[in-house]
Amino acid sequence: MPEAERAARRVGLVVNPVAGVGGRAALKGSDDPVLVALARERGAEQVSPGRAEQALEVLASDGDGLELLAAPGEMGEREARARGFDPVVVGTIGEATTAADTRAAAAAMADAGVDLLLFAGGDGTAVDVLRAIGDRVPALGIPAGVKMHSAVFAVNPRGAGEVALRFLRGNGAVGEGEVMDVDEAALREGVVSARLHGYLRVPASASRVQGGKARSAPSERAAQEALGRYVAGEVLGDGLYLVGPGTTTRAVLAALGLEKTLLGIDAVRGGRLVAIDADERTLLDLAGPGTKVVVTPVGGQGFVLGRGNQQLSARVLRRCGPANVVVVATEAKLAALGGRPLLVDTGDPELDAELSGFRRVITGPGREVVYRVSS
Amino acid sequence: MTRLRPFHQASWNEPILHEQTSPGERGLLPPTVEPEIAALAGDASSALPGELRRSAPPGLPELSQPQVLRHYLRLSQETLGNDVNIHLGLGTCTMKYSPKVNEELIRSHKVADLHPLQDDETLQGILEAMWRFERTLCEVSGMERFTFQPGGGSQAVYANALMMRAYHAARGESQRDEILTTIFSHPCDGAGPATAGFKVVTVYAGERGYPDVDAIRAAVSERTAGLMITNPEDTGIFNPHIDEIVEIVHDAGGLCHYDQANANGLFGITRARDAGFDLCQFNLHKTFSSPHCSMGMPVGASGVTGELARFLPAPMVERDGASGRFYLDYDRPDSVGKLRAFHGVPATVVRSYAWVLALGGEGLREVAEVAVLNNNYLAKKVAEIPGIEISFAEGNSDRRLEQIRYSLERLQQETGLSTLDVARRTVDFGVSQYFPSHEPWIVAEPMTLEPAETVSRADLDTYAAILARVAKEAREEPELVRSSPHRSTVHYMDPEPHNDPERWALTWRAWQRKHGEG
Repeated sequence: MPEAERAARRVGLVVNPVAGVGGRAALKGSDDPVLVALARERGAEQVSPGRAEQALEVLASDGDGLELLAAPGEMGEREARARGFDPVVVGTIGEATTAADTRAAAAAMADAGVDLLLFAGGDGTAVDVLRAIGDRVPALGIPAGVKMHSAVFAVNPRGAGEVALRFLRGNGAVGEGEVMDVDEAALREGVVSARLHGYLRVPASASRVQGGKARSAPSERAAQEALGRYVAGEVLGDGLYLVGPGTTTRAVLAALGLEKTLLGIDAVRGGRLVAIDADERTLLDLAGPGTKVVVTPVGGQGFVLGRGNQQLSARVLRRCGPANVVVVATEAKLAALGGRPLLVDTGDPELDAELSGFRRVITGPGREVVYRVSS
Repeated sequence: MTRLRPFHQASWNEPILHEQTSPGERGLLPPTVEPEIAALAGDASSALPGELRRSAPPGLPELSQPQVLRHYLRLSQETLGNDVNIHLGLGTCTMKYSPKVNEELIRSHKVADLHPLQDDETLQGILEAMWRFERTLCEVSGMERFTFQPGGGSQAVYANALMMRAYHAARGESQRDEILTTIFSHPCDGAGPATAGFKVVTVYAGERGYPDVDAIRAAVSERTAGLMITNPEDTGIFNPHIDEIVEIVHDAGGLCHYDQANANGLFGITRARDAGFDLCQFNLHKTFSSPHCSMGMPVGASGVTGELARFLPAPMVERDGASGRFYLDYDRPDSVGKLRAFHGVPATVVRSYAWVLALGGEGLREVAEVAVLNNNYLAKKVAEIPGIEISFAEGNSDRRLEQIRYSLERLQQETGLSTLDVARRTVDFGVSQYFPSHEPWIVAEPMTLEPAETVSRADLDTYAAILARVAKEAREEPELVRSSPHRSTVHYMDPEPHNDPERWALTWRAWQRKHGEG
């Protein structure tokens, strides 16, 4: 039966104009204004405006049905006009744009009630967007950054345009995507320090590889629930287990009627929470031989340890024993890795080696996958 | 250059029969019974036991003959398929021309009027056909015995999982509760054993598109009941280490099942038993040229070694050595039991047997050779289309067997449009939407094509030209592709409602129940 005619859909656009410039200058990121200046000195050109325009080119094919709200100047307005849009400009910016401008623009878009917020940038931009909008409106990243560990980006810029177009034309099913960021300053020192900041609501078909395929949010949720019930009921038993962050591991606790700390590690024994959002010291106090550690790949890169769950340190894992690491992931999540291995980076090369090789991943009730883990 | 035919399909927007019902309308009014006869015979329905009699008439649609005729003719106009146009896009399903003369055979009263409860003595013809075709499949596969009872490939896989379990139970090894399969094997190779109660362990592919031998080694254990693998998998790549893989599973104490749904490129070239497999299955409605009939009457022929034959379902068709008579043997104490009423679909066995007899051994090998040739001819043309590539091309020979999983990832990167958009648009040129891939998608933006031996070179050229045209449109007129199909029975539909069970039902009765009308 035909849907009732809808009013024009509103889409917001925020471009982080300096996202990505650090990549070509081998600076591991572009979060720091000093570095942006350095990158430009090294001759790095802006990348995000061009990538935003590629996405807009796809959106432009539905020009009549869309109302575009853009951040001022090079933060969206300029790109929108270049692709034939006449956007409603939201907010003001100074001469040099900063992260605060991204947050202010994104918040204004959410206040204006956009149906979807498109942002061009990388992980840092995603964190700013998350801080500004939380779960108020769905968002989608046009990949334009140096680091993109977050699972909120379309597979490429034109793909972002397609996903947005379909989302706005259709019924708008949304899923959750992790927003991750790596500390750039530490990374330049060779230390990876990743943080899971939270979850953005993203169009259900946005995940990597899937492209225009509308993998439904309801079926993915059902797959997570089935997996959670199975792991809670038949895999873990009554002993102590440490449950890492993620929506998949959340389903394990949900099956026990427990609420999960989405971004942290919770400890469960005999069906009860014994520690909530535990830090490394708490985990060391709790863990012993036979303690099970339940983790799921976090973000778009396939890391199961060492990104967003560093509380599960090498010392904690040693105490539990590497064989007790239980990896859970839905089939769709594994498939979205496109054949790339799962990754571990505990900071202890010997432990990483022990955790590597072909390991079993629990994907559903009575279902496991033999998958390569690398460090 | 191939000229593409202008095409437009009928669009009737035809309601289902239940929605067209008109109370009291009838297709046929049988004459009323004469009073004298009624007085003598009584009410016919009273002859039925009370518990079998309906208290209310069934909710059948009430329609006239012309209404019914129109309905089905309209539906037939809204259908595409192998008998209407080129149907090589349904990769893994081996869509081939099925000779119509074989339909004459099964419509003959000699087949059509048989009843499975007739005495064996009066079933000698059909039993002999089944017995002889069983010998044929044994020759093709190297196995010892076959059953035709399973109602499709998936049920044959399920049957073989049951036989694996029976085998291990008979040896006192019931702890073997895991079945291994691979990510590019057919999903039924996992689903069949899962239905039978096994835990399923899926091995992902390595860089060349098939599982690393080391991955198989890491997967086996004392809990391994067996391996269920398709080869070639849907990539069309023949696993060169298949014998080694079978050996690893055997060494671990497991059995090996060869899913031969992709056997069309292997007739007379390789045999399952020769590679060490213990069980296998053929899909007669694919490889052996019997129509799929919309899944209505398929046969999954399930074959096993002599050691496993005692576990096959009952009955088996046997031949009495002395008299040469054929009979049905129900005395099978170790059998895994019955899988389907009576004997499966003997009509499909007759079609397949006739097809094999018409070809002979050399003809069967030629089927494989031509299917492989067709596939590689098409592959060359399709890989020349900018944006379309053969998956796992790196490190592999550029020759494949009977099918290929392509990737439209490059085209997606350039245009944003997905393989599903391209597939929908091909329908505007009169071909059925192609099959992207089994789930989950591992190859990005997949497309799986399988041109069987019965397509012509002109068909292959036309199909490649359709793909080239749509790829060009994706660059030049993306909206045309995105909003397609435009010339088909239905136009673009938002897929999202399909995820909402409130919006659909599998049957009319289920629909009524959902909406409080039943």
